[in-house]
Amino acid sequence: MKQFKGRAIAPGRAEAEAVVSRCGVNTLASFQKALQFGDKNATCGDQNNPDLYGKAMAGKALCLPQTIGSTTGGLVLYCACSMNRQPACLLFSEEIDSLAAAGSVLAAVWLDGAQMPVVDSLGSEFLDYVRDGMKIAVEPDGSVIVGE
Amino acid sequence: MYLTPEQEAVLAGKEGETMAKVLKTLVMYGEIFGADKMVPVTSKDNHLVTSFGLKALQPVYELMEQLIEAGAVSKQGFSADPRPLDKNVPASALQKLVFNKFMYSRQDYYEKQLRELGLMEPDAFSCACYLDEMGNKPAYGEVLSWAESSAVVYANSVLGARCNRNSGIMDLMGSIAGCVPNFGLLTDEGRRASWVVRVETSGMPEAQLLGSAIGMKVMEDVPYVVGLDKFLGSELTDAACAYLKDFGAAAASNGAVGLYHIENLTPEAKRYGRELIRDGAREYVIDDSELRRVRLGYPLMWKKSDAKPKLCFIGCPHLSMAQLREWTLRLESGLRAAGRRKLAVPTVLTTAPAVKREFEKTEWSARLARTGAILSCICPLMYMNNPLCAPMPVITSSNKLRTYSTARYYTEAEIADIVTKGGGAR
Repeated sequence: MKQFKGRAIAPGRAEAEAVVSRCGVNTLASFQKALQFGDKNATCGDQNNPDLYGKAMAGKALCLPQTIGSTTGGLVLYCACSMNRQPACLLFSEEIDSLAAAGSVLAAVWLDGAQMPVVDSLGSEFLDYVRDGMKIAVEPDGSVIVGE
Repeated sequence: MYLTPEQEAVLAGKEGETMAKVLKTLVMYGEIFGADKMVPVTSKDNHLVTSFGLKALQPVYELMEQLIEAGAVSKQGFSADPRPLDKNVPASALQKLVFNKFMYSRQDYYEKQLRELGLMEPDAFSCACYLDEMGNKPAYGEVLSWAESSAVVYANSVLGARCNRNSGIMDLMGSIAGCVPNFGLLTDEGRRASWVVRVETSGMPEAQLLGSAIGMKVMEDVPYVVGLDKFLGSELTDAACAYLKDFGAAAASNGAVGLYHIENLTPEAKRYGRELIRDGAREYVIDDSELRRVRLGYPLMWKKSDAKPKLCFIGCPHLSMAQLREWTLRLESGLRAAGRRKLAVPTVLTTAPAVKREFEKTEWSARLARTGAILSCICPLMYMNNPLCAPMPVITSSNKLRTYSTARYYTEAEIADIVTKGGGAR
């Protein structure tokens, strides 16, 4: 078990299994098919992301460096939250990017009771340590506890 | 973040709950990035990334309805990304049924919303809104609230405007409020480069490959590119602008580049030179072998790697007038060499509606039509991203389309060769 401390962008509690991308997550490419065709697991459809492709993202602790790609990214996250297909939490090793930040803020301001805690700046050590399937607990102060 | 008394009052509800939420969204967004204040949006028009009435985006339309009902609309006009549908683009009866009745069943409704919110004109749908014919071309130094990764990177880099890589909806919020948080690419410091990219290729690198390589390497950082002016020159000619449009789109979609500087060519690089490079900037050298390595890394998503291409898309982002003429010449020449009259692969060239209108007034339009090519204003990405089109062997010269779909990437010369000669994919 190991604890990491980041910055709570959207403070909250979450407990979930980790799903890990070591490269930037392209939000549109990852979520588009899932949102379009009603996949409740939000299976990642991004062919260019070998870490995530074909894996469920809904309800998981999505661990990533940043999001990349299309500027629809924020609204795609907003829609995922609105349709309850969002990851349980987003955990960024680096400083959050503008698209993911937009998605997080839009969900917080415009959706009642949207639950997707977001923590950034967890450091590269976090991504080096965390593996798919590890148990993750997120605290409102930005603490992230990674179990085996 | 410092807010003016007027902004504080809006936040407190002076202009209603919805306007308070609009401003709160922008303030929270800015605070994440340490914005010190809000700055006025100074461009005449805005550009929105969301142009498609996709059933899956219902939450977006509900939010927009909320804005319209509350009278929280922009004082700016705006363009939007390309439409997802065009009856002239080849599609099976089943595909047409699914597109019109299921996937994009909200298209008419959404376009009505866009008109109510301030769409510049009924056909203002293009990712390349900055083309002269489209009339949404910001000036140097203007502050924007745009989204659309390829348009933002072009506006910042080639035009010298200032815009962050805003997300869809956030683009609209800034336009409605008339201000955006001051951080990142809006600031002098945020526009300095943390990478020096040295282009050492033996010839002019393919724009879409070079952009891809740089995007994958620098991600969201700002690269200062040295050695490209050797091929592009030091003036922003039509050809250089078209190259940079495609280069930037690839860098923005394969990574998250929002601004690049090309030494001796782009406006800030010309004005400030290497002062733009931060201390400790990292270096990336791109030669022929590096471009080969990057290209070999692209996954092939076709079921049969030697399948005969069923469709070809050229123009993501939309082609400029000069590019349409260039492609017409290239296709004519390829057909002559192949001894054919019509293209062997159904080929769609995409451009902005206003460019298409102007192109159709010229003799070039009939020449292009004679090759069998289809000229459309569709968004190829929106066409491709569904279970009916995804299994199709589609080829493209767009690295953006490759990234977001199952389309297979080829260089422009290879595309011209395949569509004029036919046969299986190479």
